[in-house]
Amino acid sequence: MAEDEKMPGDDLTGIETTGHEWDGITELDNPLPRWWLWIFYASIIWSIGYMIFMPAWPAPPGFDGHTRGLRNHSERANVAVAMSELDARRGPMFAELQRVVDEGGVTAILDDGDLLNFTLAAGRSAFGDNCATCHGVGGGGTIGYPNLRDDDWIWGGSYDAIRHTIVAGIRWEDHPETRFSQMPAFGRDGLLSRQEISAVTDYVMTLSSLTVSADADLALGREIFDTQCASCHMADGRGDTSQGAPNLTNNIWLYGGSREQIQASIHRGPYGAMPAWENRLPEPVITALAAYVYLLGGGETLASIEEASLAAPLAGQQTGQPG
Amino acid sequence: MAKKPNPIWNWHKRVMEKNSLLLTVGIIGVVSIGGLVEITPLFYLDETIEEVEGVRPYSPLALMGRDIYIREGCYACHSQMIRPLRDEVERYGHFSLAAESMYDRPFQWGSKRTGPDLARVGGKYSDEWHRDHMRDPRSVGPGSIMPPYAMLERTPLELDVIPGRMRALQRLGVPYTDEMIEVAIDDVRTQVDPFASGYDAFLARYPGAPVRNFDGNERVITELDAMIAYLQVLGTMVDFSTYEADADANLR
Repeated sequence: MAEDEKMPGDDLTGIETTGHEWDGITELDNPLPRWWLWIFYASIIWSIGYMIFMPAWPAPPGFDGHTRGLRNHSERANVAVAMSELDARRGPMFAELQRVVDEGGVTAILDDGDLLNFTLAAGRSAFGDNCATCHGVGGGGTIGYPNLRDDDWIWGGSYDAIRHTIVAGIRWEDHPETRFSQMPAFGRDGLLSRQEISAVTDYVMTLSSLTVSADADLALGREIFDTQCASCHMADGRGDTSQGAPNLTNNIWLYGGSREQIQASIHRGPYGAMPAWENRLPEPVITALAAYVYLLGGGETLASIEEASLAAPLAGQQTGQPG
Repeated sequence: MAKKPNPIWNWHKRVMEKNSLLLTVGIIGVVSIGGLVEITPLFYLDETIEEVEGVRPYSPLALMGRDIYIREGCYACHSQMIRPLRDEVERYGHFSLAAESMYDRPFQWGSKRTGPDLARVGGKYSDEWHRDHMRDPRSVGPGSIMPPYAMLERTPLELDVIPGRMRALQRLGVPYTDEMIEVAIDDVRTQVDPFASGYDAFLARYPGAPVRNFDGNERVITELDAMIAYLQVLGTMVDFSTYEADADANLR
């Protein structure tokens, strides 16, 4: 047959054509580039080898799992090994941290430079992955998410209180030991009139020595504060960490300190929640996190709590509030 | 530029290319090898899915959230697949299991992470955080490049379409019962109201589903309700206390 013979060559390139012609247009019959072809063949051979050595096929019905391959390779087994290697490497330091904290309290970490470095590194890493999304990269917080660098604590700033907050969260219904409290939505639920909310807003601002307008009805505001707010925020406005009522006298504001923001908070009754981390993070990581947050600067020692409670009556006198 | 004509190639030109029926049969033969290799394993895919406790179909509200997730193209920047690698397990938690996305059609594994992986984002943040974050991602993450999705909280959720979508998934093998489809719209209302009368029945149908007002707006069920309900259930279904990751059958 004619096709057995050499096809007509292209005049310009000298390359064979396919012999097809459309209106004078012919098609060059270039061979595939050799390098490409050999890589193609090699990848076919490689894939056969891969199927022999590596897990490749789901097992047919009735058989277990999948083909294991000669290497019996398992990513899941590998990651388990990698995790246990990691535990073996840092486990002793975590154990040491737990021991030191249990025996000497969280401040004992400061006596051991290596342990302190470890705690800060482990804490910072876990904080960045899990906490920084709300509390900010350095723990500085933002509106609605508490600043962890200052010494103002809503639910207590001792090591144990911080740890409990991390373990159980705040207003986190899935954890049985989470701590609840709810500020009423005084405006939205119609508990106070607009005028009353305005007055108590001005009064709350004076607790932090903020300037209020001259025509503010502070007498009414104080009356409302005493009947509506004092049971949680205390008569002197210094708050109560046992029920998560923020201190209103230190000009640190979780939901913003402008008059509009304070008024909005009284109107809607903020209900901020924090997830419980007990089942998300390993125990030693929670310990490191609690120590890290404590060491961010504002952790309360037993002494500083006692000092604060001694100072409390004094502060009440300073703002001129009778008992 | 081989000068010597390849005998196989010559035979191909002489026989196959001159005989269209033979060529068609040949093409079908070659293509079906590729097809068989890719498709046959899918028929016994069940063998590859781990047996775990707890994975159930999405509640109707979460299902709508998933559809919004797909509609907004969230998958373009967020994966839902924690790979079995040390650093991922350290950061995100237990690696993802095939079983966890067995009712996802299509699954949202993805491979592009402009944002973080979301496979276990359920329960990691509060609803309020999600609200703030959808409204203005920069308000909670100053360096975030995620676009705001503030319209979600302003858009009422379309309820009428839910039974149809559940029916479609049912036909694809997702174990929604006819009863679930019938009460789907009521279940949406129940999931945003812990005091609804259908609370217990809802939780019997969708064990462990979070029930609360997700977007903080009690007057209307919005797309944000659906989105947060979806995000808060991601990665929370498997009971890892009963799952044996080291068991031979679960090694991959």
